Amino acid sequence: MKKFLTLSLLLAALAANASEGVKLDSADIDLSDNLSLLRGAKHFVTHCLGCHSIKQMRYLRIAKDMDVDEKVILNDIAPEGAGIYDQIHSAMNKHDAEKWFGTQPPDLSLIARSRGQDWLYSYLKSYYLDPKRPFGVNNLVFPDTAMPNPFWELQGEQHATARKTIYGEYVELIQHEPGTLTEKEFDVMANDLVNFLVYVGEPVQLERQKMGKYVLLFLSIFFVLGYLLKKEYWKDIH
Amino acid sequence: MKINRFTESGNWILDRFPLTKLWNDHMAHYYAPKNFNFWYFFGSLALLVLVNQFVTGILLTMNYKPDAKLAFDSVEYIMRDVNWGWLIRYMHSTGASAFFIVIYLHMFRGLLYGSFKQPRELVWIFGMLLFVALMAEAFMGYLLPWGQMSYWGAQVIISLFSAIPVIGDELSLWVRGDYVVSDATLNRFFAFHVISVPLVLVMLVFLHIVALHEVGSNNPDGVEIKKYKDENGIPLDGIPFHPYYTVKDIAGVGVFMIFFATVIFYMPEMGGYFLEHANFIPADPLKTPEHIAPVWYFTPFYAILRAIPDKFAGVIGMGGAIVVLFLLPWLDRNPVKSIRYRGGVYKKALFMFAISFLVLGYLGTQPATPTATIVARIFTAIYFGFFLLMPIYTRWERTKPVPIRVTEHHSIDEQLPALFEEITELKPSTGEPDHGVFRSSFFSRRPNPTGIRHVLTRFAKKLVESLD
Repeated sequence: MKKFLTLSLLLAALAANASEGVKLDSADIDLSDNLSLLRGAKHFVTHCLGCHSIKQMRYLRIAKDMDVDEKVILNDIAPEGAGIYDQIHSAMNKHDAEKWFGTQPPDLSLIARSRGQDWLYSYLKSYYLDPKRPFGVNNLVFPDTAMPNPFWELQGEQHATARKTIYGEYVELIQHEPGTLTEKEFDVMANDLVNFLVYVGEPVQLERQKMGKYVLLFLSIFFVLGYLLKKEYWKDIH
Repeated sequence: MKINRFTESGNWILDRFPLTKLWNDHMAHYYAPKNFNFWYFFGSLALLVLVNQFVTGILLTMNYKPDAKLAFDSVEYIMRDVNWGWLIRYMHSTGASAFFIVIYLHMFRGLLYGSFKQPRELVWIFGMLLFVALMAEAFMGYLLPWGQMSYWGAQVIISLFSAIPVIGDELSLWVRGDYVVSDATLNRFFAFHVISVPLVLVMLVFLHIVALHEVGSNNPDGVEIKKYKDENGIPLDGIPFHPYYTVKDIAGVGVFMIFFATVIFYMPEMGGYFLEHANFIPADPLKTPEHIAPVWYFTPFYAILRAIPDKFAGVIGMGGAIVVLFLLPWLDRNPVKSIRYRGGVYKKALFMFAISFLVLGYLGTQPATPTATIVARIFTAIYFGFFLLMPIYTRWERTKPVPIRVTEHHSIDEQLPALFEEITELKPSTGEPDHGVFRSSFFSRRPNPTGIRHVLTRFAKKLVESLD
């Protein structure tokens, strides 16, 4: 019996050949940080909305959730001509996109839920120069991505170098052309952007967690009362 | 009592409809064994989850659009713009997984206490039909959000029909209504998911309960309580279902709801098992995902399918894994029902079966590497071995004598105070004055290592003993 148990554990462990991937940097997500989210929204509109929509989202929802005036959103964040009730659509024409990038840029409403926050954060930071690619850049996290680096001016340019350690080979990205932002500033910016995308993936999540406490409190009381009721009824059974 | 209009109209109905009789037959005068334990909560919980799925499902259909162009966005519309839509949707998606957890535990209870045995074979058969209908319901429901996993999962499973010789291709074409999973498939799956299969489920639940109430419930001792009745014809070990088990189930519902709500409010994706990450990408017929995995509750069967090298044989294996469960009442040749009095052979076999089910379930979620496939084959063999060798090993099983009446076991909550006494000891007095609450026994005690060791060794000994 014991042998069987150890054997099955061993076999299960053997079978769990986790796929080798790039080590991801972890994003620092705080959905209660409205300033970070608003900065992220601004970055999104400036750097991403040119190609990517977040059509499941409306400007109004951001104003409501961030507790800022609708006018602030329209003046400071939304692009010219956007209405407060509008979904956040990119102005780019689909056919042009196909022509320029070979594929349509995906809608990013749920990208944080399909890819994960750490993947997004690392992806945004992992562009490096690669003359073989049409835009001259490649990505360590998403090899041969069709997307050019939207932050090359801010982040600067990186190149990839292979490193060898006793644990095996890995690729390191080294900055060789500084950008207009320092490394730290850029990290904060990428983090704000990912924070915003995590919020966009499920705008209700903060409210959901807040509500959960009360529901669980109610259910605990419900259970205690139910248990006492059961005790009372079952007194005479034995 | 003074007869007023209200009771009068009540009597008018009772004269024409046997409401009292129904209530008495199935609740107030339905006698259930008094020794139900933890495992007996899952029947009523399954009913609760079924109701949850019905209510939330109806609310979802009010905003969902069964159209390949609109489906994905309509689900997100529910999640964001419909009042409480997110809660309704999470209750439905978590409910689907909860349904299978509850049903798997409910079925395992049957294996533990021999609830499938004479005279409850039909109860078991109806239950198995319910399980099959539930799988169909879940499979078709999973296509509706029209994400990548919805789409490719359906594509893979429907294409299995094409493995059937001669009629296979025509059959899968007929099921899909197109050459690939498409709008036509989505529409018919919607129709089945919201109308046909729920109707079948309700009818089968009715049959399952009627059949159960005819023969009476089994119990952890596997004793037929109907054999010993008092002068009024009431089983001596039976207690009325209502109020005793209704109040007990209310407490059980409380515990279940705490778990259920924790998932809904804090981890609705359950790490990608309840809602798969790739399903947040809209279905794209031109982009096959790297790794297609069904939702967790199908993965044991999916692992069996992949473990068998030939596609058609794999389909037979997957179907066979469910068909053998139907045959269980006739495969088990031992008349002793409860695991408490069965031989070590069955206990070990059941243990290995449970392990193989879990391991296969895990492997089904993982990519099929060569090692994983070999492991899956070994556990597939164990899975089928449990059933197919049963007629042999249950014959030379050395069973223990079965008691005549049900035995008394203390439930966990009754044992807790004594257990607490044993694993803790009184703190030595510090000389400080004691006040109020802190004088209560809970704060004046500290963990007692010898006590803990005693409890653990006793538990381990019991476990080893129980294996023979």
